[in-house]
Amino acid sequence: MFPASRYSCQAHRCIRALKTVPTEHTAPQLYTTLHRRTCSSLSTPRITTHYTIHPRDKDPRWEGVEMERFADEADVVIVGGGPAGLSAAIRLKQLANEHEKELRVCLVEKASQIGAHTLSGACLEPSAINELFPDWKERGAPLHTPVTEDVFSILTEKHRIPVPMLPGLPMQNHGNYIVRLGNFVRWLGEQAEELGVELYPGYAAAEVLFHEDGSVKGIATNDVGIAKDGSPKDVFERGMELHAKVTMFGEGCHGHLAKQLYKKFNLRENCEPQTYAIGLKEVWMIDEKKWRPGRVEHSVGWPLNRHTYGGSFLYHLNEGEPLVALGFVVGLDYSNPYLSPFREFQRWKHHPFVAPTLEGGNRIAYGARALNEGGIQSLPKLTFPGGLLIGCSPGFMNVPKIKGTHTAMKSGMLAAEAIFPKVTAESLDSETAGLHVPEYAEALKNSWVWKELYAVRNIRPSFHNYFGLYGGMVYTGIFYWILRGKEPWTLKHCGLDANQLKPAKDCTPIDYPKPDGKISFDLLSSVALSGTNHEGDQPAHLTLKDDSVPVARNLAIYDGPEQRFCPAGVYEYVPLETGDGMRLQINAQNCVHCKTCDIKDPSQNINWVVPEGGGGPAYNGM
Amino acid sequence: MHSNRYCNRIIVLPFSVLLEIRVKPDNSGVVTDGVKHSMNPFCEIAVEEAVKLKEKKLIKEVVAVSCGPQQSQETIRTALAMGADRGIHVEVAGKDYETLGPLQVSKIMAALAKKEDAQLIILGKQAIDDDCNQTGQMTAALLDWPQGTFASEVSLDGDKVKVVREIDGGLETIKISTPAVLTADLRLNTPRYATLPNIMKAKKKKIANVKPADLGVDLTSRLEVLKVEEPPQRQAGVKVETVEDLVGKLKETGRI
Repeated sequence: MFPASRYSCQAHRCIRALKTVPTEHTAPQLYTTLHRRTCSSLSTPRITTHYTIHPRDKDPRWEGVEMERFADEADVVIVGGGPAGLSAAIRLKQLANEHEKELRVCLVEKASQIGAHTLSGACLEPSAINELFPDWKERGAPLHTPVTEDVFSILTEKHRIPVPMLPGLPMQNHGNYIVRLGNFVRWLGEQAEELGVELYPGYAAAEVLFHEDGSVKGIATNDVGIAKDGSPKDVFERGMELHAKVTMFGEGCHGHLAKQLYKKFNLRENCEPQTYAIGLKEVWMIDEKKWRPGRVEHSVGWPLNRHTYGGSFLYHLNEGEPLVALGFVVGLDYSNPYLSPFREFQRWKHHPFVAPTLEGGNRIAYGARALNEGGIQSLPKLTFPGGLLIGCSPGFMNVPKIKGTHTAMKSGMLAAEAIFPKVTAESLDSETAGLHVPEYAEALKNSWVWKELYAVRNIRPSFHNYFGLYGGMVYTGIFYWILRGKEPWTLKHCGLDANQLKPAKDCTPIDYPKPDGKISFDLLSSVALSGTNHEGDQPAHLTLKDDSVPVARNLAIYDGPEQRFCPAGVYEYVPLETGDGMRLQINAQNCVHCKTCDIKDPSQNINWVVPEGGGGPAYNGM
Repeated sequence: MHSNRYCNRIIVLPFSVLLEIRVKPDNSGVVTDGVKHSMNPFCEIAVEEAVKLKEKKLIKEVVAVSCGPQQSQETIRTALAMGADRGIHVEVAGKDYETLGPLQVSKIMAALAKKEDAQLIILGKQAIDDDCNQTGQMTAALLDWPQGTFASEVSLDGDKVKVVREIDGGLETIKISTPAVLTADLRLNTPRYATLPNIMKAKKKKIANVKPADLGVDLTSRLEVLKVEEPPQRQAGVKVETVEDLVGKLKETGRI
């Protein structure tokens, strides 16, 4: 290694810590710990080698390497091939064909195949697909399972309290379809290609490009061929630049480019911080005798206590084989650092109401993803010069319904309809080189998306009361079911999820049961089922702003919660090879791109960036 | 009439393999619906070698051939993005694809090699989904061409090819005359990435569609798959404290 540059990096970090700590970090003890650590010890082993933390223009190994990028022009570039991005692409091409205009629409997606990074329950409300493709049935959309039974329970350790699913309650599913969202997204991809959208799976958008006037110019895809230590390999190639009049960002929940855009354009100055949950999911092939196609089961309560938001789902699919999709959601505003969402999920499966369905069955898939819970209160400004945000990235999920696909699709469609006249206009009437389309935000405010989200805005925050879950249910019963969300006030959330953890010394460790290998499983065999893989010789894409913070703060104060909230076993605290103490080991290859670490890290030190395109989970119809 | 550049045409055969598979419930095969297809890693090396030879101006044209269903076109596009000049997609779908094995593929390759007047055929040494390691050898036999298999180094020398082969005992260097069949081993090269600008350019390159019947190839399989099973579950290991414990445990399980 290059000791000279490493030393100066340490010194730089020390100086940076002294300069920036007063504004960035709120806890005073962090400053002193950080100060002492970075200035006194050079013993923190180097963890992060990514160029976003260690810029290449100052790195001697990159001298003389060709950094020019090939650039291409499109009319619209869409980042993310999920329901929102694909619906936007499809709508744009539908309008172009209708009006007989030429429109080049390029979509980049980090998964190697469209649908491979898609994970959701899912009960799809067909409102958006009915608008996008009224003839979706003839086109073969994979909506094969209409909901036939809807069951809601409050679980206690051994028993179940049934809750009647009265019409009008948000989670009532009459008219909806149980879908394998990955397959639905793949079908949307096929429709998009038929309409002439240029889809580029396997290429991740790694950088936002800006015009000189500060408006968004487009994106650049990831570079390839960088070694694990950050140096260029023989096969190094620069990514490509895709320029567009408007760039649509549909990266899904907690996108990494969106994070940069929030800062650059101050999009979050008038909204609450987004609050999240993590959803873990498995697909099982069960005994045919237990199979009840079209049955939807939801539960709250055990194993979570009344102050931890979360619950379960179990859906019986009807696609020829006795498959069930089941999973567990835990709100990331939980306060006990010893909580492990993965292990809560595994132990929930042993409940007497759930286990019989799974007995004799086989688990065939596993995955996890963070999801939004902030609703309207957490929606940022949606448009900025040169671009806009669609889908779960800004966050249109209807939390009590636990559905976000229909609203994500509609947001993509509305964005397309707002952009279309502007990008096909004879003269580009714009103050900035990148087009600003505030009409999109207006259209959204006047649409059913807004009405729906407004009506449920107080349900999630209503859980923050002394009675926790039960208070929330009472609130929902009165104000949503009876009064339809018309109360004149809007409740607030609690602030950043990352700030909700209590120090480990104030909390009790949770005694989770060992997995039995038949119904519950260990983490590593689960991760194997997600099919996740990354090119091994590349810098870890889970970057730390400061390599010393995990041991100094996360481990010292919170007992290393990242070991527990990561659903893929990426973070491990292992003893140092020499001497006492621990170090953080990042197993980046296991990452399933759920984004939970970026959200829940109490020090907000972890910055998830995109790895080489094509890496990540290989979900099949999740 | 010989010219300095003797070798005109190379055919590479990039195969797509299935990743992340599971066995079908009736044990008749593996589930292929929606499973990720990817170019076989050894075939990536083969394509890279062909493109390198073209860049050294030792050959004129690289043709990428793939046999399979619609998804094989993706594999050909990746080969085109890496530098192949044109592609040939031999359409094999449905039942025929399930029974498509090395014998059928080598018959197709032999027919195409004659049709295209190729001087070199380069393939990956084996596919990582079925591990057969037969296609290259069978193709050479059907064409009565020499073969250089498990190649870790290839150099063209007039109308001969020098091949360094990886064998159990070390390395073997042979010289064979063209036309010939080569199969690529791991250390032959490091394949380049198919970058996005090249994928975009590859969309303009031609991929011809051919049916096996057009080549006069009979696809009936001589093999019948009786059963496909998952490997047995790995049992957890047991840690012992002393040597006596170890001996005791070995005796218990009847190992000694």
